[in-house]
Amino acid sequence: MTALPPFQTVLDEHSPAVMAVLRGAVGRDGAEDCFQETFLAALRAYPKLGDASNLRGWLLTIAHRKAIDHHRADGRKPVPIAEPAELAAPDAAPAPDEGLWAAVGALPPKQRAAVALRYGSDLPHSEIAAALGCSPEAARRSLHEGLKRLRKELA
Amino acid sequence: MKAAIDNSAVDRFKARAAEEGLLDVAYATTDSPFGPLLLAKTRRGLVRVGLPNQDADLLLADLATRVSPRVLEAPAELDEARHELDLYFEGKLDRFGLPLDWQLSGGFRQRVLRHINRIPYGQTRSYTEMARKAGNERAVRAAGTACGSNPIPLVVPCHRVLRTGGALGGYGGGLPMKQALLEMEGVLDGSPGS
Repeated sequence: MTALPPFQTVLDEHSPAVMAVLRGAVGRDGAEDCFQETFLAALRAYPKLGDASNLRGWLLTIAHRKAIDHHRADGRKPVPIAEPAELAAPDAAPAPDEGLWAAVGALPPKQRAAVALRYGSDLPHSEIAAALGCSPEAARRSLHEGLKRLRKELA
Repeated sequence: MKAAIDNSAVDRFKARAAEEGLLDVAYATTDSPFGPLLLAKTRRGLVRVGLPNQDADLLLADLATRVSPRVLEAPAELDEARHELDLYFEGKLDRFGLPLDWQLSGGFRQRVLRHINRIPYGQTRSYTEMARKAGNERAVRAAGTACGSNPIPLVVPCHRVLRTGGALGGYGGGLPMKQALLEMEGVLDGSPGS
């Protein structure tokens, strides 16, 4: 088992990506609260982490749980997966679409993150890849598989 | 700006981590006349001082393995330590009041180091004396190794331990640093052969 790096290293390497995903999932205002909650939960669980080979995936899984908690606690309807143009106005009230959000929330972590970054933050594939810590091809695959699964779930 | 937002989010996270008792090892870098020092503490006290010639990343990885992986840079936690070290280097402090965490030393080594910790400012002892105090007068080499293994140099003053006869012996931070510290404390007068 590889030794766990100091948590500061985890913070340095992954906090920008986690923040980017959270902004896509809950918007700029909620992202900071979710960031605190995500990294506190990670720090709490860290010593018991058996496998440090996919820290980014682990963090993104926690981040998405916190994003869902945030939406529930907030009482607002979830942010829909809308066309990028609709997301241009930050004050526009999101249309309710609980079924879609629940389906996104049910996706595996990389697919969930890829969909949120593409449609929530309007990031191009290269930036999604950077945020996820994988190649652009892998990011495209995650996005494609995520959308495929969503279409099947919501058909 | 994204970077500024991220920094304050990270700072707030660290403050909450400390509040919730999750900041197992806090560290910071501080300046000294010899170069940058790495200081690390647990809730019990100062646990590690890294000298300028030592690799900070290796030191932090070692702390993550031997103490706890919850290692975070948190300069505010090390304010007291940094302040006392500043005063020490200015010649205004001859006794550290910092609580210490001895967990990185054990057995004979810890006994030797605890005795070293009582050597007053401006005085020296020999490796043989420290071996005797720790319970085995003949374990002179082991006493030397214990000095070399000191995880909290400067504060635990292994620089005040010399060979019988006055030769410097060894020092983890290099002999020039040991010499300079002893000169600063007035043990050596700085002239050649002292």
